[in-house]
Amino acid sequence: MIRSALVLLVLLSAFWLALSGYLDNPVLLTVGAISVLLVVAMVWRMKIIDTETVPYLHGKSLGYFAWMFVQITKSNIEVVKAVLSPDMEISPKLTKVPMPHSTDLGRVTFANSITLTPGTVSVEMQDDVILVHALLASMTDPKAFADMGERAAWAVSDPMLSDPMSGKSVPRKDNK
Amino acid sequence: MSGEFFHTTQMLIASALMIAGVFFVIAGAIGVIRLPDFYTRMHAAGVTDTLGAELIIFGLIVQAGFSQTSLKLVLIAFFLFLTSPTATHAVVGAAWQSGLKPKLGKYKAPAPGEAIVKPKSKTKTKAKTKAKTRRKSPVKKARAKK
Repeated sequence: MIRSALVLLVLLSAFWLALSGYLDNPVLLTVGAISVLLVVAMVWRMKIIDTETVPYLHGKSLGYFAWMFVQITKSNIEVVKAVLSPDMEISPKLTKVPMPHSTDLGRVTFANSITLTPGTVSVEMQDDVILVHALLASMTDPKAFADMGERAAWAVSDPMLSDPMSGKSVPRKDNK
Repeated sequence: MSGEFFHTTQMLIASALMIAGVFFVIAGAIGVIRLPDFYTRMHAAGVTDTLGAELIIFGLIVQAGFSQTSLKLVLIAFFLFLTSPTATHAVVGAAWQSGLKPKLGKYKAPAPGEAIVKPKSKTKTKAKTKAKTRRKSPVKKARAKK
């Protein structure tokens, strides 16, 4: 918890400096330090410091962002093509996507990634499935979802639920 | 001399990125108008949210160069990445919970001649009152004949 508080302190200070830009004004620096300390103290007293409240960025999540951007570009082009073609042949579909993530952060990352990719929107989160609405039936490839789920779990170091028990993800990896 | 060349290239890349972004924003807007129901329209809005907005911000970052402004723009791009899917999910989840049923299966845009009739029939199918569902059926029959 002390480590998270220190990370939060450094991040908030960096954020404040980035937004203010005045590095040589003692009054502003003091005010900034006070507000940063106040926020950390309040969060500490509320006991809500954990991996969720502290924005925990590392190389893995940056790599995931890069991969997501490529995926977004791809599916954006697909959606724009479908929308701008004169016939506009679409095939909206609702599918249930299995969500084998065990932590809340992993679940949110996966659901957000699905929504962020145009053409698929996560409608409802149930216990271990997400209801996904897709614009084109070709976008509901279970393998693609499984791949994205694995990458999302990797990015936030989430141990997947079904991994050791049912061994579901093992044939999935073979397919790749 | 070379500084001027660098500046020109910088501005060219920035404008190219921004023009691409504007293209996606316009495409998204057209999609919102053309698509048949709420859920499919959210997909088109997603195009504007993601690639449209991000490309415009990337263009602005290139234009601003290496400065505090571009750092702030990077932060905006990052927060947009996190918040826009959350907002989309909130809107779609609200529609789903209030019982709006999505149109599923195949859909094709009406041909230019049909376009005058079809939008009317669409508003009727969406309404849930009895009188309006009765009026819907002859239109459906006419569509089936075609």
